[in-house]
Amino acid sequence: MKNWIKRLNDRINRLFKKKKQIKLGFYGPPNAGKTSLANRICQDWLGEDIGTVSRVPHETREIKIKENIVMEQGNKKLEFRIIDTPGIATRIDFEDFIKFGMKKKEAQTRAKEATQGIIESIKWLDDMEAVVVVIDATTNPYSQINITIIGNLAARKIPVLIVANKMDLSKANIKKIIGAFPEYPVVGISTKTGEGIENFYSEIFKLVKSKK
Amino acid sequence: MKKIKKRGKKDELTIHFMPYSEIAYLNSIERIKKILGLVLENRLIILQGRLKPDEETKLIENTMTLIGNIKGFQGVEISTLSGDKEKSLFDRVRHNIARILVGEQDAMTLIGPATAVKEIRKDPKKMELILKRG
Repeated sequence: MKNWIKRLNDRINRLFKKKKQIKLGFYGPPNAGKTSLANRICQDWLGEDIGTVSRVPHETREIKIKENIVMEQGNKKLEFRIIDTPGIATRIDFEDFIKFGMKKKEAQTRAKEATQGIIESIKWLDDMEAVVVVIDATTNPYSQINITIIGNLAARKIPVLIVANKMDLSKANIKKIIGAFPEYPVVGISTKTGEGIENFYSEIFKLVKSKK
Repeated sequence: MKKIKKRGKKDELTIHFMPYSEIAYLNSIERIKKILGLVLENRLIILQGRLKPDEETKLIENTMTLIGNIKGFQGVEISTLSGDKEKSLFDRVRHNIARILVGEQDAMTLIGPATAVKEIRKDPKKMELILKRG
């Protein structure tokens, strides 16, 4: 009798249990295009944005989450929780924001929030199930921030997909990124033009499959 | 975190060569404390070896906390040149065993205050340190 009740209880639980969402994080240095990419995904599959973007660095200064993003490819379906994180940097100078036309007080507040955002980003590393590292393809991929983020994800055995963003720009160099991180899949995209986005979704499905 | 005061002369940058033995027997917290203490003295550290990935993130976390608490402190510039590229399988196995036994010494790390270091340019074979003009 006891077993029968337990089995019935398990079946009811399975029936009403929420489908597990894969926690997919977006990491990288500031202004690489993490929020632009997360927005693109959220627009494609949910019809709404996750956050605002700006040419001023550290626009995202707190963790942003969007739930129930259901991606489909053929007959496969995956449900994600998208986590957009503030860009990680080793230096913050409020005067850099003044150069973008901000007033001193506003720049100081932004700098303070940016430092707290970076701490939050690092703390969230442990919670991720898969991570997209977004790199600006026009910059040097050997920057220590990229190496530190990828090194930490490798140490935690979290699957990584590297996205070379801004491929629409003439200075973009995906080969350099592939050369810098030969052990990881690299996909080139432009969040501005939409170039490579379908390929990106295919790689996301492969990434999650590699996790299983 | 215990409050650390910014020391050292503002107009002087000291280059501090640090053999791995200086941090080999320290735990992660002590290593980070030592490195940030020297950076706050306006020292540019050239470290034999490298920090572990989790120590690098801890260093960044502590740096961010210090930016908010120490006037004029803007953070650090850090870069590591690792010698583990283009090695044969045998060399990599040997390197991994050595790393377990004596730590990650087959690398060089530059760590300096952001107020003095403008940029560290890096490719797989070299690092270039660009300092700010006084």
